[in-house]
Amino acid sequence: MSAALNKALMHAAAKPLVFALALLPFAWLFYGAFTNNLGANPAEHLIRATGDWTLRFLCIVLAVTPLRVISGTPALARFRRMLGLFTYFYVVIHLLSYGWFDMGFDVPEIIKDIIKRPFILVGFSAFLLLTPLAATSFNAAIKKMGAKRWQMLHKLVYLIASLGLLHFFWMRSGKNDFAEVAVYAVILAVLLGWRVRQYMKKKRIQPISTGREQLSK
Amino acid sequence: LPGAKSGVAGAVTMEKVTDYKDSTTYNNFYEFGTDKADPAKNAHTLVTKPWTVAVEGLVKQPKTWAIEDLIKLSAQEERIYRLRCVEGWSMVIPWVGYSLAELIKKVEPLGNAKYVEFITQADPKTMPFVGSRVLDWPYVEALRMDEAMNPLTLLTFGMYGEVLPNQSGAPVRLVVPWKYGFKSGKSIVKIRFTDKEPRTAWNKAAANEYGFYSNVNPDVDHPRWSQATERRIGEDGLFAKKRKTLMFNGYEAQVGQLYAGMDLKKNF
Repeated sequence: MSAALNKALMHAAAKPLVFALALLPFAWLFYGAFTNNLGANPAEHLIRATGDWTLRFLCIVLAVTPLRVISGTPALARFRRMLGLFTYFYVVIHLLSYGWFDMGFDVPEIIKDIIKRPFILVGFSAFLLLTPLAATSFNAAIKKMGAKRWQMLHKLVYLIASLGLLHFFWMRSGKNDFAEVAVYAVILAVLLGWRVRQYMKKKRIQPISTGREQLSK
Repeated sequence: LPGAKSGVAGAVTMEKVTDYKDSTTYNNFYEFGTDKADPAKNAHTLVTKPWTVAVEGLVKQPKTWAIEDLIKLSAQEERIYRLRCVEGWSMVIPWVGYSLAELIKKVEPLGNAKYVEFITQADPKTMPFVGSRVLDWPYVEALRMDEAMNPLTLLTFGMYGEVLPNQSGAPVRLVVPWKYGFKSGKSIVKIRFTDKEPRTAWNKAAANEYGFYSNVNPDVDHPRWSQATERRIGEDGLFAKKRKTLMFNGYEAQVGQLYAGMDLKKNF
């Protein structure tokens, strides 16, 4: 079963297919905006939907490694970079939607708004932190940085996910409405918890005498 | 539900009326869910017949009114009001009803009645989100007596010439056009006259964010966002700049005197 899945994932069409699927939400929103089909407040809809999709892609990209290991499907690793870049794509659209449709690109107003609404500052920080990850997602960057340093940098994604979740929690706190926030929190907690467990397991297997934490293999 | 054009000063704005579809699918009515599309989807379960409104407290004529009798108490008028939500969006809606003052005169408040409290329906059987922890149920709002007596304060039974759709607060709601929308309680079941300032639903939930008065005021920001501008639903498109919010939502000439000498930053 998992061998068949692995083979399917290695198929030449698999990557373009995943790419097209990941682009669907954007295409749908773009079409909705174009045909004026996003409800009574299209600006709000666009900003919220792109934020939702950023969080969803964060969850998806963080699920790749656990799924790969648990299901024994090494081919899943082929999609991780693309999914990570889609996370960045959706956060950029999210930020642009806010800056454009909510604030009319009025920079002094945006700065005032960020000071007034710390949850936006948190979200903006998450975006800033994600930027170097997106910028170093090509092979040459990995080579140049060295795998170890590259991996260290990309561990930032855990902090970014936490900030993204805090941003969403804070946004929803105005309505005391945490049901959806809880769903994302549980998913992210499971995905991060799995990694902590793996780390503990590996630590136990490593001979203690070396005194080194060998995370990379 | 037809209403004659209102003669009350400021009661009919000439601005473009918001599309019925927008104003009935983009609502805050937390008893039916917190997403603004929820009330239109969920409010069909609300039972508006039979319906009674109890008038009680510091009045000479306490009485439980059948909705049919309450509708007939005074002539229905059409009022085209701006509606400004505390969240930063606005609409223009043609309401049908009569000045709440008509009812107040009828029930004869006692001399010590200073406030009017509006208690709304909270029925977990027909309102799926009553019981959620978002707010204290039932949803309660209140006005000072002079605010309640102002002719602009509308006891509302219809909109767009029809009876109110459920998601807009059927069968009877309040509309107070110079205050943020949440001051206008929906699906009212009790009107109580008191001598003490009542605690209201949003004030109980977050006193530092929602004051008793909650007058529309571009100079007093919400602690978490600016109130200087607003987006007019259906009119200010995706690429339009937001419009400036007006003091008392543009009804300063009619209601400004109610707050003469008051510090509106303190009494927000």
